[in-house]
This record gives sequence, structure tokens and C-alpha cells, in this order.
Amino acid sequence: MLIKRPDDILPSEITPQDLYLDRRRFLLLGAAGAAGLALSGNAFAALAAKKSLLSTGERMNTLKEITGYNNFYEFGTDKGDPAEYSGQFKPRPWAVTVDGDVLKPRTFSIEQLMKLAPLEERIYRLRCVEGWSMVIPWIGFPLSALLKQVEPTGKAKYVAFQSVLRPSEMPGQRDDVLAWPYREGLRLDEAMHPLAILAVGLYGNVLPNQNGAPIRLIVPWKYGFKGIKSIVRITLTDKQPPTSWNLANAHEYGFYSNVNPEVDHPRWSQATERRIGDFFKRKTLMFNGYADQVAGLYRGMDLRKNF
Amino acid sequence: MAAPTPSARPPAPGLPRFLGPLKALLFIAALLPLARAAWIVASGQAVNPIEFITHSTGTWTLTFLLITLTVSPLKRLTGLGWLLKLRRMAGLYAYFYGVLHLATYLWLDKFFELHAIARDIVKRPFITVGFAAIVLMTPLAVTSTQGWMKRLKRNWGKLHKLVYPVAILGVLHYWWLVKKDVSQPALYATILAILLAERLIRRWAEQAKQRRLATPASKAA
Repeated sequence: MLIKRPDDILPSEITPQDLYLDRRRFLLLGAAGAAGLALSGNAFAALAAKKSLLSTGERMNTLKEITGYNNFYEFGTDKGDPAEYSGQFKPRPWAVTVDGDVLKPRTFSIEQLMKLAPLEERIYRLRCVEGWSMVIPWIGFPLSALLKQVEPTGKAKYVAFQSVLRPSEMPGQRDDVLAWPYREGLRLDEAMHPLAILAVGLYGNVLPNQNGAPIRLIVPWKYGFKGIKSIVRITLTDKQPPTSWNLANAHEYGFYSNVNPEVDHPRWSQATERRIGDFFKRKTLMFNGYADQVAGLYRGMDLRKNF
Repeated sequence: MAAPTPSARPPAPGLPRFLGPLKALLFIAALLPLARAAWIVASGQAVNPIEFITHSTGTWTLTFLLITLTVSPLKRLTGLGWLLKLRRMAGLYAYFYGVLHLATYLWLDKFFELHAIARDIVKRPFITVGFAAIVLMTPLAVTSTQGWMKRLKRNWGKLHKLVYPVAILGVLHYWWLVKKDVSQPALYATILAILLAERLIRRWAEQAKQRRLATPASKAA
């Protein structure tokens, strides 16, 4: 049991800002950071969330692993950089604009987004394109719940996402490693899939800065880099949107980037992965083990061409 | 410059007394990166320990290769002949970390799956060049002794020119493996380029000098 708050407390009854500013938790977070040790979700759960049948029962990675080993190039290209250099980043106040081919374009505050739908705990596998994986207890809500609010028009076929651009708070953005701001995209049917969520929390707490605070995308059947972090804009379009890693190297990173053990990265095999914490490598599963739920989205498509 | 002795090396200038203790000190110092890596892994500070060991042993291989290549320019610059007495140790440590790097890959990454390893070497250019580099280093490590130096005579120097392709392949191996941010491999590449350029320039200068000395008449005509 991760979350000790009873399930009958709805996220809507919680004022995230109060919790966010709660000094006791702040001190605890600081102490945990100093110790560099796992901050257990048990004692100081800040976000109530329902359990989900879509969660995996696999052993979860520790909070230390999840918050200490990150690819978030906005804070630097080393795995330890996001934890080290994200302290100046201010995830509140925050707003996300949803526009494009929609009937009701709108800007949502982070507080509104967190009350948009009941928050759920989704324990998902995350497979990085580099060949490692983790199991992470996200807290979030289906992306479809947000998209339904703005009512996509018949023209909308794709969803484009954009990260925040704040070089003053994100030291990695002062280098041109990628074309900033970070961009990602999904086909509309992928975005509407119940497995695709917007995460606002992790291990019972609000999302740490290094994991994409305050709101990020999680698409568990795709490589991790598709899960764009610190989102400020979501735009519905009729054309396939440009995506950061595809722009950086189209030969190596496709628009779809579905986890696929049979389609190697040009420079390394994707057949196996190392689950962080394991000694032996394991076989990578088609669609990261979510084939039963998502394979239908790609029926008839050549996944070697549409990698 | 002219060496009438049969030895492949210039006659030893009076070696300083501190050379022995200095060698012992450097021998221990060169093990510190390994001790540090072992400590980080053993104390659980590395989230992905095998990746950490791979990267650490790899970058230290390159570092020791570059140190090896820095010895003779440094000797020319300072005139301290005894510096050359430290070069073999630097080169052997490059090989030591290189073998650890290779072993990490063969054992902890591939678990000695020969098919997967062979496929990697053929299919993945960064593995091809990295593997080539460690293979080419092996004869250099084997023939690093005084005995081999005497046996191979002039050929010893020729054989050990292999260190240049080894260093180039090593840097290329690093460059090709990074996902996007090449700043680290670029650092190694820059230092290697400077070390290689120094040798090329010196060689051109020597050749020009020799031409002048060899054909003074034709020049004058």
C-alpha cells in the first residue's frame, strides 16, 4: 500500500498549492534530498490516487533510482544532471494551453488540470531507447480526459506537445544539444488510448523537477523520450508534427518510436534491456509488454518503416 | 641525435634518484580511478552500475592513451629525458583499463553470448572500431618489455607506431556511441589532434631540414 490516505478523499478536495507549500513536507523533502535516500511514499503522501487495473504488479524501482537517473537534457546530458541542476526550476505557477483544431481552445492552470479527472496511480514499465528500463508508479489522469474538454474537430489527426523554454532555470537549454523547446507528438488515436496519461505525480507525491514537473506525458508502449516533460502547450493538428529527436536524427529516431525488440536502433540492438537494479538483462517485449492493448493501433502498418 | 649504440633508445642520461619512488607513486595513483569506481558501485551510488563501470573504464583507457602520447612531447619540451621511463607504465595502464572495459562488455553486457558479440562487432561501427583498438593494443602490451625491445630492435619502434591508430580508433569509438552530446568525445579528440599535429609538424620540419642538408648543391644551382 503506497498511499495511506483513504481512497474516498478525492483529489478535488485537496488544495495542491497548500500541499505544495506545506513546510513540513518541504523540510522532509530537503532532508531526503540531503540523505540522497528514498523518500517513502507511505508517510507523507501528498496526492491521493486511485489504484488502476492498468498497473503492472512488477517490482517497482526505488524513488532514488527514479529521481537520480534521468534523461532530461534541459538540465544537462548526464543522467545525474537533472537531479543536480533542476533545483532552480519553478513548476508553480503553471499553465498549459490547449489549442489548434479544437472547438474550445483553452488555457488550464496546473490546479485545474489536477482536478480535471480523478487521479490514478499507474504503475508502468518505462523502456528507454538506450536499452534500460524501470517500473514507475506515476500519478496522473488519461490524456483523453483533457482532449475531450477542448473537443477536437474532425480535422484533428495529430496531437503536438511542447515543453517549456526557460534557459534561465534550465541550464541544459543554454547549449544547442537539441532544438529547444522540446517537442513531441502522437497520432490522435494514440493520444486517446486509455494507457496514455498526463502524469502530475510519482510515488504519492507531486512530480519532482527532474522527472518533468509539473506535468508530463507518459506513453508506456513507446520509448521514454516520447514522454515529453514540463508541458506548456498541446496543439491538435491535421499534419504529423515535428518531434525533437526526429529533428535531431531522423535516421535513428522515428515519429512512432514504439518499443520494438525486432527493430534495432542503427547503433545498438533493442532486443534486450537492463532493468535498473537487475544484474542480468531481460528480453524486451513488443510494445514494451502492452501489445494486447495497443497492437491494434498499428494494424497493417510496416513497423520497420514506421519505426 | 645520432645513436651509435645498438640500443633502440638514446643513451640514458643520468637518471634522477627519485625515479624509483616516483614510479611507485604513479603506479598506485593510476589505480585510484579503479578504486573510486569500485567504491561508487559497492556503496550503491551508481543507479546503473554496469553502465557506470563501462563508461568509467572506457574513459580512463582513453585518458591513459593520451597521457602515453603526451610523454615524448613533454620530454622534448622540458628536456627531461627520464620522463620516457614513465611511458611504458602509462601505456600498460591504458591497456589494463581497456581490458577491464572489454571484459565488462563481454561479461556484464553480453554475458559471453558469442553470437551477439560477433553480430555487434560486424554490425555496429562503434563496437567494430573499439574492438579493433583493443586488439591492436595487445601486441604493444606484450612487446613492452626490455627483452622484446632488444629482440625487435628497430622494428620495435615501427610496431609501436600502432599506438596512433589505436588512439584514433578509441576516440572514434567514443564519438560514435554517444547519442547526441559529443562534448566529451570532442574533448578527447581535440587533445589527440594537438598531440598528433605536434608530431606531424615536427616530422615535416625534420624532413625539410634533411632535404636542405642532403641536396645543398641542387638548391644552390
